Amino acid sequence: MIKSKTSLSILVHVVLSILALSCLIPFFILLMSSLSSETSLLRYGYSLFPKEWSLKAYEFLWMRRVMLLQAYGITILITTVGTIVSLTITSLIAYALSRRDFPLARIVTFIVFFTMLFNGGLVPTYLIYTQVIGVKNTLFGLLLPGLLMNGFNVLIMRTFFVQNIPVEVLESAHIDGAGHFRTFFRIALPLSYPILATIGLLVAVGYWNDWYNGFIFLTDTSLFNIQSVLNRMLSDIRFIATNPVGGAISAAVAANMPSVSIRMAIAIIAVVPLLTVYAFFQKYFVKGIAVGAVKG
Amino acid sequence: MDHSIKTKQITKKKSKKSIRYYWPFLVMCIPGLAYLLINNFLPLAGLTIAFRDIDYSIGIFNSPWAGFKNFEFLFATDSAWIIFRNTVAYNAIFIVVNTVAAVTVAILLNEVRKKVMLRIYQSLVLLPYLISMVVVAYIVYAALAADTGFVNQSILKPLGIKPINWYIEPQYWPIILPLVNLWKQVGFLCVIYFASIIGISSDYFEAAILDGAGKWKQIIHITLPLIRPTIITMFLLAVGRIFYADFGLFYQVPMDSGMIYSTTNVIDTYVYRALIKIGDIGMASAAGFFQSVLGFILVMSTNLLVRRVDSENALF
Repeated sequence: MIKSKTSLSILVHVVLSILALSCLIPFFILLMSSLSSETSLLRYGYSLFPKEWSLKAYEFLWMRRVMLLQAYGITILITTVGTIVSLTITSLIAYALSRRDFPLARIVTFIVFFTMLFNGGLVPTYLIYTQVIGVKNTLFGLLLPGLLMNGFNVLIMRTFFVQNIPVEVLESAHIDGAGHFRTFFRIALPLSYPILATIGLLVAVGYWNDWYNGFIFLTDTSLFNIQSVLNRMLSDIRFIATNPVGGAISAAVAANMPSVSIRMAIAIIAVVPLLTVYAFFQKYFVKGIAVGAVKG
Repeated sequence: MDHSIKTKQITKKKSKKSIRYYWPFLVMCIPGLAYLLINNFLPLAGLTIAFRDIDYSIGIFNSPWAGFKNFEFLFATDSAWIIFRNTVAYNAIFIVVNTVAAVTVAILLNEVRKKVMLRIYQSLVLLPYLISMVVVAYIVYAALAADTGFVNQSILKPLGIKPINWYIEPQYWPIILPLVNLWKQVGFLCVIYFASIIGISSDYFEAAILDGAGKWKQIIHITLPLIRPTIITMFLLAVGRIFYADFGLFYQVPMDSGMIYSTTNVIDTYVYRALIKIGDIGMASAAGFFQSVLGFILVMSTNLLVRRVDSENALF
C-alpha cells in the first residue's frame, strides 16, 4: 500500500516535470541562440548550448537602442494608459451592475453579455475603426480596438462586488449621506484591490503582447510598439523561410535584415520584462485565471 | 438625531425607483457602454457590408446593395470549403486534445503535496500562455527552420533522417498546430480545472477512502463528476467559438507560407488576406458574416441543448 503510494507520487512528479521542462526549454533555446555566434548558428543551427558564445547580438541591439527604446516607450505608454482606463471603466460599470437598487442593471447586464456571444468580425471592425473613428496610423489604433474592455471582465468584477461588499456597508454609507460616487471610490474600491490587481494584470499582459492592432491599424513604423517590431522582423524571416529556391534574392534580403541571433535577442528583450513581472505577481495571475472559471 | 426620518425618506425614494436616486449608476455605465457601442455594436451594424457593393468614395453605409453576390463569389472559390473545413476541424481537435490534457494535468497537480513544487509546476506550465503569438512563431521557427532548425539539426540529423522542409510540406501541420496550441493553452486551462478541483470538499474523498476506494476510483467517481460543470462551461464557450480560429496561431506560426495553405488556411486568415492584402472587401465580409451568424446559432443551440439535458450547467 505504502509502496504503491510512493511510486504513484513519483510518477506524478516525473510526468509534471517533463511537462514543466517542455514549457521551459523553448525559452532556453531562444536565450541560448541569442547568445550564440552567428557562424555557429548557421553551421549547427539552434541548439541547447551554444558552440561559440557571443554577445554580438546584444551589442547590435545596443547600437540600435534609439529605435528600440522608442518602441519600448510606446509599449509601456499604451500598456499603462490602457490598463488604467480599462480598470476605471470596467469597475464603474461593474459596480453599477452589482447594485440591486439599480433598476436598469438587468438590461445593461444583458447588453454586456450579448457582446460576449456575437461580434461583427474583422471586416466591419476594421472599417468602423478606420472609416468612422479614424484610428489608422495613430496611437489610438493600439489602444482602442478590442483590448480596452470586455464583457467577461465586467461580469467577473460584478460578481466580486456582489460577493465581497456587504450591502449593509453600502447602505450605512448612504445613510451617512455619502453619494453613490463617493461610496464607490471610498468604500467599494478599497475593498476590491485583489480583483483590480488580477484583472489589471490580465489587461496589462494583453496590451504588452498585442501585435494584432499594430498589424492591422499601423503602417507608420515610427508608431510601432515592441511586438510590432518583432512582427515586422518575422515577416522578413518569412520571406526566406518560404522561398528556399530564390537563393539570390534571399541572400540580398539576408544581408539587410538582422542576423539570426539578433532576432532571438529581440524576442528575449520583449519577453524578459513580462517574465520578471510574472515572477513577482504569479499568485495574482493564477488567481485571475481561476476567477474566470466562475460563472459570471 | 433624526435617523429614522432620514431612513424613511430614503426607502420612500427607493420604492419609487426614481431616476433621481439611481442616475449616478447610469452615469457609471456610460463610459463602458460607449466603448461597447464603438467596439462591438457598430461593427455589428457593419455586418450589412456583406450585402453591399462597397465603394469607399461614397462611404460604406451609402454603398449600393448587392444582394447575395458576395456570397456567390465566395462559395465559387476553392478556398471556401477548405477554410470552413480547416477552421471547424482544427477547433474540434483543439477542444478534445486540450480538455483531456488540461484535466489530466489538473488531476496530477492535485496529487502534489509539496506546496513549493506545486507552485513551480503551475508557474512553468503557465509560461507559454504569457507570451505573444509572434514570440511563439519565433520559437517554432527556431525548432522548424529548414537549415538551422533545432528539429532538423539536432534530432533528425543524428538519427540519419533527411531534413524536412516544414514550411513547405502541408501534411505535417495538422500535427504541428494542435501541438503548438496545446503547448500555449494547457497551462491556462489546467489552472481553471485545478481551481475547480481544489474547490471540492475533502469530505467526499475522506468518505471514499473509508469505503476503500483507490486513487483511480476517486478520480472516476468523485473528481470527474464534480468538475463536470466546469468542463461543460468551458466546452460550451469553445463550441460557441468553433467558427473563430486563433488568427495568430494560423497566420504567424506557419509563417504565412502559401505552400501550406491547404492545411493552415482558416476563415480568419482568409478574411485578413482578402481584406488587407487583396483588398476584396466583398468576399472578406461575406466570410466574416457567415462566421458570426453560424457562431451565434451554435452558441444558442448548444446552450439550449444543455439546458434540456442538464439545466444547471447551461451558460444562460
